[in-house]
Amino acid sequence: MNARDALLAEIPRLRRYARALTGQAARADDLVQDTLERALAKWRFWQRERNLRPWLFAIMHNLHVDQCRMERIEYRPDDELPEVVQRAEQQDGLELRDLDRALDLLPLEQREVLLLVALEELSYADVAIALGIPQGTVMSRLARARTRLQQILNGERTALLKVVK
Amino acid sequence: MNTPITEDELHAHADGRLDAARQAEVEAWLSAHPERRAEVDAWRAQGALLHRQFDQVLDEPIPARFTALAVPSARPWFDARIAAALGGVMVGVLAGYLLRGQATMAPAMASLPRQAAVAHAVYVPEVRHPVEVGADQQAHLVTWLSKRLGSELKPPVLDSVGYQLVGGRLLPGDSQGVAQFMYENAAKSRLTLYVRPDTATVGSTGFRYARENGVDVFYWVDGRFGYALSGTTGREDMLRLATLVYRAPSPLRVIP
Repeated sequence: MNARDALLAEIPRLRRYARALTGQAARADDLVQDTLERALAKWRFWQRERNLRPWLFAIMHNLHVDQCRMERIEYRPDDELPEVVQRAEQQDGLELRDLDRALDLLPLEQREVLLLVALEELSYADVAIALGIPQGTVMSRLARARTRLQQILNGERTALLKVVK
Repeated sequence: MNTPITEDELHAHADGRLDAARQAEVEAWLSAHPERRAEVDAWRAQGALLHRQFDQVLDEPIPARFTALAVPSARPWFDARIAAALGGVMVGVLAGYLLRGQATMAPAMASLPRQAAVAHAVYVPEVRHPVEVGADQQAHLVTWLSKRLGSELKPPVLDSVGYQLVGGRLLPGDSQGVAQFMYENAAKSRLTLYVRPDTATVGSTGFRYARENGVDVFYWVDGRFGYALSGTTGREDMLRLATLVYRAPSPLRVIP
């Protein structure tokens, strides 16, 4: 398989991840395009023996973080955020209609790890490569992401029950 | 006694990343700890939810702009001779890739290749009047068609592949005007680019291919417009040209 075939074969997965990460189809595809362009420009730096997929996800991660910074979308360490979702607030105004909304409520750092593990099914080692963090950090973010997503989803269910009643 | 089970191992268990022996140990431990089992089950359910929500993206046609990035010979790291040798193969691979998922097509788009092919067949044989406004009056051509289609349109430049713009004409569409641009190469082979405002299918699609009465048509939707490139130089050559049209330096673009 030559370079271009290999890259083409990765496009659907890049799109799936970008869609889940950004929650917006158009923005996701822009991110995929930027990633492909960057990958092509940096192609000679890619070492054949290394896995293509984590390398591409790493490029996408860096681009996305840069974009978020430029747009001043928060990318702060999740420790600074309140650990528990404000459930009262959710029941009042915040109706979580779908998973997109729930993901959007996860801090970006947690969302990335969760999506790479649970959706893209990368190994923990590959997630560490893609995000440029130690594997221990992958595990701690994964644990927090899963706990928090569950809280959000439970909150959603509570809100829905309340509406039905 | 078994080694204590760590939090990380519970996650690895949920993700199916433990070896069989350890997996069995964790299973046994979970049987004795139903509250932790519920948690692990919930994590797995999250994964299933994510797949259910996002796996559909894998089946969507790849937008043409991504595959256009991978056109042979345009990339400096790729040796030109290898590119030439692989070109034919690559076009085939690309075509296969681009053309999967033909089944999911909006009805409005379905008429695009036929209309484009009919317009192509009608005007391409014209010797004296192939176009209404010639390329020598390009400024007028652009202003006129832009005004009639309600968006600024500029015909792409295809000189690099030997095709010169002959000119353009306005044609009747279903509800409003349609633009047709004609190109010709030194061998007098003609291409037409059919541009139809298509408010029904805003967005973008991958390239699609149709063969209508001996005319090869590649068509796609980008923004408010449906585009169709028609010609008779064969499917592979037409895909190459359609890819170029899509990524031309001054492509047709809506400028709000």
